[in-house]
Amino acid sequence: MTRALLPLALLVLFAFGGPLVYHVDPTAIDLTLTVAGMSGAHPLGTDESGRDVLARLMSGGRVSLVVGLLAGVVAVAVGTAVGGLATARNPWLSVATSRLLDAAMAVPSFFILLVIVTLFGGSTTTLIAAIGLTAWMGIARLVRAESLSLRERDFVLAAQALGQPPPARFARHVLPHLVPTLIAAAGVGIAQAVLTESALSFLGLGIEPPMASWGNMLTGAQQNLGEAPWLALYPGLLIVLTVLAANTVGEQIQRRGGLHK
Amino acid sequence: MLAARLLQGLIVLWIVTTATFVLIHAAPGGPAVLADPKLSAVERAAIETQLGIDRPLPVQYLTWQSNVVRGNLGRSFLYQTPILETVLDRLPNTILLVALAVAVALLIAVPVGLYVGARPDSPIDRVVTVVNFTALAIPPFWFGIVALMVVAARWRLLPAGGMMTPGEEGSFVDRLRHLVLPVIVLALPISAELIRFTRAAVRSNRGAPHVTPAVARGLRSREVTGRHVFRNVLLPVLTVLGLQVPILVGGAAVTETVFAWPGMGRLGVEAALGRDYPLVMGIAVVVAATVVLANLLLDLAYGWADPRIRAGS
Repeated sequence: MTRALLPLALLVLFAFGGPLVYHVDPTAIDLTLTVAGMSGAHPLGTDESGRDVLARLMSGGRVSLVVGLLAGVVAVAVGTAVGGLATARNPWLSVATSRLLDAAMAVPSFFILLVIVTLFGGSTTTLIAAIGLTAWMGIARLVRAESLSLRERDFVLAAQALGQPPPARFARHVLPHLVPTLIAAAGVGIAQAVLTESALSFLGLGIEPPMASWGNMLTGAQQNLGEAPWLALYPGLLIVLTVLAANTVGEQIQRRGGLHK
Repeated sequence: MLAARLLQGLIVLWIVTTATFVLIHAAPGGPAVLADPKLSAVERAAIETQLGIDRPLPVQYLTWQSNVVRGNLGRSFLYQTPILETVLDRLPNTILLVALAVAVALLIAVPVGLYVGARPDSPIDRVVTVVNFTALAIPPFWFGIVALMVVAARWRLLPAGGMMTPGEEGSFVDRLRHLVLPVIVLALPISAELIRFTRAAVRSNRGAPHVTPAVARGLRSREVTGRHVFRNVLLPVLTVLGLQVPILVGGAAVTETVFAWPGMGRLGVEAALGRDYPLVMGIAVVVAATVVLANLLLDLAYGWADPRIRAGS
């Protein structure tokens, strides 16, 4: 478990701990030194506006990681609520929720995202809410499937026999058993959210310059592919590493069936 | 089954149209034309009446829904054209790209999945698993940029974007060359996802009661897979494909933008950048309708893949 967390921890350390030792302003523009290669002052060179690439990778990493993490949390929260509702004893409630859930799976969420960022702009808060609210469907299905089997188990039936009302039963007896599944799902959800955020920012619909994000660093890099291919290399590699790291955590937890085994 | 699917399709369309309506009215500001501070109160009211936004929300909602049903999605701010027409103009280009990517993905993923699924935990199985895991972590737009940089800019093997070279509009080969990179970029994540599920389906089928006797009779691995496993694997593959369709059109939007492919996704991104929200909403509705149709087609494919479903319907 701890070994699976290591790559993610290193990335967090880079983005959040990096600025403690590397004091360069990620938004400082130097028009006399654009698209420069490696040098003492700029270890990874500068971008099309002469901003320091290493500093931007760190501050962009903070944005990507925070948006990814919080959007993943939103998705898990909404998914758990909807998935739980879909197993309600009230047939109207459960059937309506289940139908809605099946339909929501078929909604092309990228285009709903486009509508949201068009109307509300691409601030960090909007991105977290928008990505989280368009990524909960898979988690809801998982929660529904697992709760349906869990609620037939003896300890839940015992709680039912004791007269515990359904919502309390879900919260006290079903939910705790879902935690490993949910953490695993959150790992995958965070990875997806990082990918979505970077795609939106790359398209100019997410985080906007001068604020850095790994996605929008690639927008600038695309215009200078000929002279400075490395500009496209670093942010892309960091995205791949982050997604791999988050997916690995999810995978490991799923494989072991829990945190404590 | 088909009736249930149709009902579900209608719910999907209802969700999308309602969500877009709710979003637009929850958004701060309102139509951009009203943002002009020089407008007098009278002019403002006149525009509001003309756009119909002075009426009560339920009335506006019903008007929007009935317009959508009749195919009237309004006019684009940017292009000043009817939205349905503008979108349908681009739709075939997106369908071409997505259909080819799905075909390529199936041609790669099913054989590979069948092969490694029959050899669990062999070295090649491990290699495929690692490659898959990595492929799913690569942002498609970044893969696109790198492919452009290497294949188009450095090696000059393939064109750097667009649908055809000006002056060579009729050339089939030219069109094909423009398709290669975007199709590969789009097909990569679907292939990885399909290999994962094909492999899992093969593995679970290898121990099935109808397969063990075939192995015991001494059939070669290829024959066991081909005769006894293949058809049972098709179903989960189709299911995964169905779940992938909405994700796929999102991926197409990004791929189209990177490769300057004149499809619906790129239109959506341009509309979003230009704050042309009637167009963005119209595209969301058309995409949803297309996805619903694609899922209906997949249901028909289920019947083809599994005679039991055909008999049941």
